[in-house]
Amino acid sequence: MNTTIMLFLLQDGITNGAIYALLGLALVLVFAVTRVILIPQGEFVTYGALTYASLASGQMPGTAKLALAMGIGACAFDLFVARKTLHGRLILRSVLANIVLPAIVLALTIYFAAQKPPVAVCIALSLVIVAMIGLYLYRIAFQPLAHTSVLVLLIASVGVHLALQGLGLLFFGAEGQRGPAVLSGAFTAGSLRFTGQSLTVYGITIAFIVGLWLFFGLTLYGKALRATAVNRLGARLAGIRTTLSGQIAFLLASVIGALSGIMIVPITTLYYDSGFLIGLKGFVAAIVGGLVSYPLTAVAALFVGIVEAFSSFYASNYKEVIVFMLLIPVLLLRSLAAPAVEEEKD
Amino acid sequence: MQSRLPILVFAALMAAIPFVPGVPPFWIVLLDNIGLAALVAMGLVLLTGVGGLTSFGQAAFVGFGAYTTAVLTTSYGLSPWLTLPLSLVVSGLFAVLLGLITVRLSGHYLPLGTLAWGLGLFYLFSKLEFLGRNDGISAIPPLSIGAFRMLSPGSIYYAIWVAVLISALLTMNLLDSRTGRAIRALRRGHVAAEAFGVHTPRAKLLVFIHAAVLAGLSGWLYAHLQRAVTPTPFGAHAGIEYLFIAVVGGAGYVWGGVLGAAIVVILKEVLQSYLPLILPGSGQVETIVFGIMLVALLQLAPGGVWPWLMSFFPERSNGRKPDTSLKLETRTRSPGRGSVLLQVEKARKQFGGVVAVNNVSFEVQAREIVALIGPNGAGKSTTFNLITGVLSATSGSISVLGKKVNRAPPQEIVKLGISRTFQHVKLVPDMTVLENVAIGAHLRGQSGPLASMLRLDRADEAKLLAEAARQIERVGLTEQMHQLAGSLSLGQQRIVEIARALCVDPMLLLLDEPAAGLRHMEKQQLAKLLRDLRDGGMSVLLVEHDMGFVMNLADRIVVLDFGTKIAEGTPATIKTNPEVIKAYLGVAA
Repeated sequence: MNTTIMLFLLQDGITNGAIYALLGLALVLVFAVTRVILIPQGEFVTYGALTYASLASGQMPGTAKLALAMGIGACAFDLFVARKTLHGRLILRSVLANIVLPAIVLALTIYFAAQKPPVAVCIALSLVIVAMIGLYLYRIAFQPLAHTSVLVLLIASVGVHLALQGLGLLFFGAEGQRGPAVLSGAFTAGSLRFTGQSLTVYGITIAFIVGLWLFFGLTLYGKALRATAVNRLGARLAGIRTTLSGQIAFLLASVIGALSGIMIVPITTLYYDSGFLIGLKGFVAAIVGGLVSYPLTAVAALFVGIVEAFSSFYASNYKEVIVFMLLIPVLLLRSLAAPAVEEEKD
Repeated sequence: MQSRLPILVFAALMAAIPFVPGVPPFWIVLLDNIGLAALVAMGLVLLTGVGGLTSFGQAAFVGFGAYTTAVLTTSYGLSPWLTLPLSLVVSGLFAVLLGLITVRLSGHYLPLGTLAWGLGLFYLFSKLEFLGRNDGISAIPPLSIGAFRMLSPGSIYYAIWVAVLISALLTMNLLDSRTGRAIRALRRGHVAAEAFGVHTPRAKLLVFIHAAVLAGLSGWLYAHLQRAVTPTPFGAHAGIEYLFIAVVGGAGYVWGGVLGAAIVVILKEVLQSYLPLILPGSGQVETIVFGIMLVALLQLAPGGVWPWLMSFFPERSNGRKPDTSLKLETRTRSPGRGSVLLQVEKARKQFGGVVAVNNVSFEVQAREIVALIGPNGAGKSTTFNLITGVLSATSGSISVLGKKVNRAPPQEIVKLGISRTFQHVKLVPDMTVLENVAIGAHLRGQSGPLASMLRLDRADEAKLLAEAARQIERVGLTEQMHQLAGSLSLGQQRIVEIARALCVDPMLLLLDEPAAGLRHMEKQQLAKLLRDLRDGGMSVLLVEHDMGFVMNLADRIVVLDFGTKIAEGTPATIKTNPEVIKAYLGVAA
């Protein structure tokens, strides 16, 4: 191996690692706020990526219809829960947010899909569609389970993953897709070639990490989310609507997932089921970060990306084994370092 | 304790099904699959639902069972009956190996750790040459008894369901025993269980092995049912599926595992065979519907279907009072008044820069009641934790009957005859008062897990329960004996903790705020009980905020403030001590 290959692998690893970092951040965020281990995070990635790729090639993505269908479901949940105290404003708000909004987006998607829209429009539409799916998903699947144990939430999360992955196959077919580069062009520095796409990845990752940091540190909503994460009951008593916190967490997670997807689909071909493995690796990073620390998760993600790049070069057969087995020593170290005197909460 | 009748009916029903005319052979295949899944789910019930250890890796243990018999019967020509114990042993050995690493993981790391090695082992199964890589191993011989070869799903049906029933019985026996109580206490954190001598890592490893052996049994049966093995059914998805079988059925209930297996297997089958008729042409519809139904099921019955079903049946009281004439051996009592039982010398505990306990010295003599008082944050509970080995002192020494116990773990301290209650009640809420109290007698029983499964522990068990019942009677909670501990008032739960501590047959009883939450009359009863205990030869060290209670009860009082001892003496001298008054009331400006 020479320096060029090493630098190349390193670069490759960092690009993938940046994506894992974003996903890891989203997983940490959702877990901290809602206690849901978000296995469908990978589906947000593929939905974002494939919606973007479909739109760019002038096809109508099924996800826009799914968003409307889920919106109708979410609206039904809202109205059913509030059936005893229904009043006009509540109905209007729910219908606007859950039905009218996705309907407008669906109309826009149909309009634009027919005429191969510019990249910016594709990105915007894909992000909005997946964001809505994330939001409604929380309302339909997880909000009714908010009081249950982590295990039940996890199993529900598996169920959602299965359903969304199946729908992914329905919408996008079994063939993989690639999308157009978000930022074309490239330059070389020494023996390394930097594409506009990889620079976009770095830029957006850093922007998101800084953005999340600012959001949680400075804004009231960010602080409300942190409060919910620390103590759900306490947050409620302080007047924070924990369902709102959950919605924000899912919204952020789905936007981050979709964005990650849009960023990698020009680099690698994505299939309807690619998300699971990508999400799992973000997960590995999140765990290494202890499911609590954002900077640590980001660093761990870069590490996972680099290990993956190098092991795919040396032992491509065992690439996945190495990445996942990496977890065990890390977990052991973390457990030994902090043998938490666990107070039980069920 | 459980009634055997429903199980017998169930067994008879299952035995009759193949003889019912007109049962399609396909149903038998389904029942075979349900039985196989139920075995694994049952292990998970014990591991996850009861023990609180979530594992995604059970499919790998099924793989160990299946591959062991596959290799041994095809490459070495062993009889399948010979490979049965070997399959179980291999699964069990790998469980020891993986368990030693995994059960030490705390909190959410544990399920993720199992996911990691689950994925790793799956890749290993599909890459190893002698396991046939991705093609697996085929031409595995069927099970046979004499000339009867179990070639059809209908003939192996009995083998599978006999295995399920026996495993269910053994598992239920295990749960209803001394070891079982230790396992059931695991989920509520380890501090309370360890204070009564339960070796929690060992108990965790035990359930881990139990679950793995059940999975291995399922794998062994699977290999001889399919007569071929490939890596796919042992992957991460299968591991997740076993887990949700357990959760859907009701993760805390042995029969929940069986029911969950039935629900999931049948649901998948129905979806696969009928959905294409309704929605033709779309390949993955059953996965979508399955996922949605899973979420819906959890929303309707978050605790699982089994407890939901059971709630329709009237609760039968299984409250037989144990025969209290049975006696356990008791400790030889310490010498009379005046000899030093517990000596704390310059004990110090620092948490980073905070000195929680600052060079505190005091002693507790035989047959006396000593109270440890002080304002909130004075270091009283930390002192308790130092004495009982939950925390180890930064410096200084603690000795019991002249023997230093500085670094001894809680399990060793309780063996010396020191038992305790907790400031924040640590009972297992879904166990009865009797069972909770019996945990206190853990060290006074001998029966191990195997004896419990085979019900060879009954004599031992009866004595333990008798002792528990006696202590419950002593603290005056006989009427609540068969209620769930979680249904009692907080004050009563504190009393249950005292009964549990008494089950140790202690020389020194450590009580952390025993009177909190009690009514006046109850406090008086408690004071009388403690005096009786002292007169019977026991010493008591208690932390309490109720001054009236303390002053009337204690022989001596030790006062802590900000981790430092500021006074010690009889109640009369403490009442007038200016330092103490300052600590509690502040100084007049």
